[in-house]
Amino acid sequence: MYKAATDHATASEAFNKDKSYVDWHDETLWFVRVKRDRASKQLPEWEALRETASQIKNYVLSHMDDLLVRFEENAKKNGIHVHWAKDGAEHNRIVGSILKKHSIRQLIKSKSMLTEECHLNPYLQENGIEVIDTDLGERIVQLRQEPPTHIVLPAIHLKKKDIGDLFHEHLGTEAGASDPQYLTEAAREHLRETFMTRRAALTGVNFAVAETGGFMVCTNEGNADMGAHLADVHIASMGFEKLIPQFDHLGVFLRLLTRSATGQPITTYSSYFERPREGKELHIVIVDNGRSTQLGRPDFRNSLKCIRCGACMNTCPVYRRSGGHSYHHVVPGPIGSILAPNFDMRKNADLPFASTLCGSCTHVCPVKIDIHDQLYKWRQILAREGYVPTAKTLGIKIMTSVLSRPVFYQNAGKAARAMMRLLPAVTNNSLNPWYKQREMPAPPKESFREWYKKQRG
Amino acid sequence: MSSRDEILQKITANKPASTRMPETIRYTTVYEDKLKQFTDTMAAIGGTAIRVQSYEQIIAVLEEKFGGISNKATTLPELAGWADFSLQIEDPHLLESVQVTVIRGHFGVAENAAVWVTEELLSHRALPFITQYLAIVIPEDSLVTNMHDAFEKIGKNSAGWGAFIAGPSKTADIEQSLVIGAHGPRGATVFLKS
Repeated sequence: MYKAATDHATASEAFNKDKSYVDWHDETLWFVRVKRDRASKQLPEWEALRETASQIKNYVLSHMDDLLVRFEENAKKNGIHVHWAKDGAEHNRIVGSILKKHSIRQLIKSKSMLTEECHLNPYLQENGIEVIDTDLGERIVQLRQEPPTHIVLPAIHLKKKDIGDLFHEHLGTEAGASDPQYLTEAAREHLRETFMTRRAALTGVNFAVAETGGFMVCTNEGNADMGAHLADVHIASMGFEKLIPQFDHLGVFLRLLTRSATGQPITTYSSYFERPREGKELHIVIVDNGRSTQLGRPDFRNSLKCIRCGACMNTCPVYRRSGGHSYHHVVPGPIGSILAPNFDMRKNADLPFASTLCGSCTHVCPVKIDIHDQLYKWRQILAREGYVPTAKTLGIKIMTSVLSRPVFYQNAGKAARAMMRLLPAVTNNSLNPWYKQREMPAPPKESFREWYKKQRG
Repeated sequence: MSSRDEILQKITANKPASTRMPETIRYTTVYEDKLKQFTDTMAAIGGTAIRVQSYEQIIAVLEEKFGGISNKATTLPELAGWADFSLQIEDPHLLESVQVTVIRGHFGVAENAAVWVTEELLSHRALPFITQYLAIVIPEDSLVTNMHDAFEKIGKNSAGWGAFIAGPSKTADIEQSLVIGAHGPRGATVFLKS
């Protein structure tokens, strides 16, 4: 059974034990980033589109209450049952009660990060309901009893050999087989049987449209549609921030979403649900679970603009070399690190520090969230609230006292250069985190200040 | 207080000051040749786009691709003679054995090779997903350039359910290796009919 690591740095260290594996992980995700670049550069209006999407989402944040009421009203007119959940527990109870009403004990699910956030699967299992995830990546991590490591590519941390072994054990594929085509075919057959027999399907929501009361679900595999169109009951779970005002705004977001996520021009299926099938039930659960609190934090509220494309993960030099599990939060990577402290500051205090603040995340974000600024701002708050480890606080205090006294700073620099020359072992040792995986630079003979004074003569 | 009212109250108290909707929400795309753009993009996403003049020509292509296969379904009366699977069924689960399906689509989008399909064109919503192979017939002159134009064309006629379908189902969840045929069709063809 998967256990969450204690903190990001420790977990990253474990992840970095196998150098060739880390290089592979790094390169694989960078390749996705490159595909995103290629796709975005085919649209001359890309930057303008990002700005438009950002402004639409700003409008949504500032009109969220009215838009939600309109969405509910229109969805109800369409014959959709609308539920509201304050938190994850209430969301799970609602889903459980819908299934109970229909005496359904088996549920199939397409990808929904929200249900991961709410811990829906364990709740249903405790209540005697079997849940099968149908996205291939999600099915893989479900069989491994671990959480996904990426919001778009849930099993990106695994090699095909790992998946071959897993499928051999659970799906009876040939021992040692690791051909992706063969393994995908095995999963297709296995999951087709579940699509044929399950009476309830749960999907996520990519975009919910206030003016129509409908919602869009995007997949490449077709699993959300296979589930929803064959089941008697379709439940769609959405965080309230998935709302957009108008139907034609989908044009803006569909152009950005998949190009940012995987570099495809659009997902294979962009499926728009406005009314239930005749005689069938369609439910929407609108979830808060801390979002309204985040909306009240001026520095952090625009994290709620996120459309879950994962571009910030693919581009992040820290994510690529530490892996999704090291973030111990349902959404990993840069965006996860600014969402997580809102849920639990103590537990997630390490995450805003899992970044070099290089700003690459901000530059690729299709809705222009200032991710790296927010990472920086969370650090200030976490330190002020006393959630930062003493060693880090102490180090920063010492730095402050040195940097704020010019003479002290000059002497400290001189002493350090002399020490690095005479006793290199003082810095070149495993206790110095900067020495890990890199050589310390040769200390310069003189400081810039000394050189400058000499030049001026 | 209900959870609904509690959530809405908290949102009202916490939301930022009102901002305005952007002035521009659409952009114009110009392709020298929309048909070529559509066809090339379709090839890049693992599908095939074929220009045809007649239904006889469509049948000829289908025969070539799926000659020996049975359980062929269609919603197009013009292809009724080619099909051998009746869609006059209640339960969509019975579609499980369908091998090839030909449906009609409203229009195609040049920038991403997606085709807009709604339920009034289908016997069941599940049909374009459950079939092993899918073909969609659209008028050649129906192509729009980009998604902004697509939504303008749909207008308020979104129907109870609709989808943009772009190529065959696919996954890259195993080591980022692209595999065509995840849960939906293993192949997708769009006939652009003049």
